[in-house]
Amino acid sequence: MSIIVNKYKCGYCGACVGVCPTGALELIETWIEVDNKCTGCGICQKVCPLGAIEVDR
Amino acid sequence: MKNEYDIIVVGAGPAGSITAKTAAEKGLDVLLIEKRQEIGDPIRCAEGVGKYNLQQHIEPDPRWICADVKGSRIFSPDGTMVEMAEEISGGEVGYVLERKIFDRALANESALAGAEVMVKTRATDLIIEGNTVCGIKLMHMGEEYEVRSKIVIGADGMESKVGRWAGINTSVKPEDMETCAQYLVANANIDQEFCYFYLGNEVAPAGYIWLFPKGGNKANVGIGILGSESGEQRAIDLLNDFMEKNMPEARIIEMVVGGVPVSGTIDRTIANGLILVGDAARQSDPITGGGIINAMDAGKMAGEVAVKAIRNGDCSEKGLQEYEDLWRDTIGKEIDNSLVVKETFVNFTDEDLNSLAKSLQNVNFTSMSLMDLLLALFKANKKLLWNLRGLFKDIVKNDIDFKYRT
Repeated sequence: MSIIVNKYKCGYCGACVGVCPTGALELIETWIEVDNKCTGCGICQKVCPLGAIEVDR
Repeated sequence: MKNEYDIIVVGAGPAGSITAKTAAEKGLDVLLIEKRQEIGDPIRCAEGVGKYNLQQHIEPDPRWICADVKGSRIFSPDGTMVEMAEEISGGEVGYVLERKIFDRALANESALAGAEVMVKTRATDLIIEGNTVCGIKLMHMGEEYEVRSKIVIGADGMESKVGRWAGINTSVKPEDMETCAQYLVANANIDQEFCYFYLGNEVAPAGYIWLFPKGGNKANVGIGILGSESGEQRAIDLLNDFMEKNMPEARIIEMVVGGVPVSGTIDRTIANGLILVGDAARQSDPITGGGIINAMDAGKMAGEVAVKAIRNGDCSEKGLQEYEDLWRDTIGKEIDNSLVVKETFVNFTDEDLNSLAKSLQNVNFTSMSLMDLLLALFKANKKLLWNLRGLFKDIVKNDIDFKYRT
């Protein structure tokens, strides 16, 4: 399981990176990178101020 | 870029730039890196700051000051207003900054002090030997490098990775973060000398909406809600609702988003060869969400302790302990107090908030101090605010000093 970040909606603020329990996310310039540590827990989806993240189930 | 420095600072926000400046001024060899190509942009901040505290770090400059603020107007859910204005010395107490220019000015000061500054340069990992941080791996323009240092300073903000790489768990729980959205608007039509705050579980569950003047009839209109309250209704949706109902004539000229840690202090902000500062150390204020001044204060402490540690030849956790002690004794105490206030306030119903606001209607505030406001609230609502009694015991002892910070 992983997440899908809608890069057209994302405000590249890094809130998701700060809450990720496994450190799977990284904010680079204007996009979010997700690595294989992502467990699809959905915490990032919950806190995103713009609703740009979806868990890919 | 060299192969080795005395200290490497990761992140060129206020915390990082002040750390770099402080250390460079004392003769250390400093590298300050910023992963973005532009320091200070995009902003993730409401840009309010206390005048007195700011002046401890930098001479105010009209190029990065948008508005002088002399007071706050706080609105409870039913519209009851509490006004707090500083009348002492007739002055404005706060500024609303232009962070894009301010952050750049701070980075410039660190450069003038002798620090090497690199933009578009991202830390990708730490170099750890034994159990000591000895430098960083970084990426600049797509190329990877290893750069060694005696101390690494993690000033990498909300999304900090530096602490995690050193084994310090800095991940923030949703209930410990305010998720925020903000517009810079034209046609704001507010009194440019006041900051406005709107409370209520409908408008901003476990948070608040703010309007900060930005000069020229502009304002930062923003919202922060607790991450645990975010879901169906997100920060941006609630902000749009507020704008539609209250500011239909306002025109959006910029959008800002971000997360603010409101967890209170974390267990540890140092490791062998490593110091965390600012949002990376979760040093923002849990009740106001303000972090600029705390970041700068901590940056100064970190810079000074780094200088001492390097001169003493001991950059171990023990050699850096003074930083931990210094900030916990000052910033840390305020954060602890704010956390008590936050935990009390997030549980209030709209009726509670209305009744608190009403109890203040005949109080004449002549200071902007959050502590004065709380003390007045406590006096009038002892039962409701019984959890806060410990704070006022300390006030009497002059142990703490709540400053005007946003």
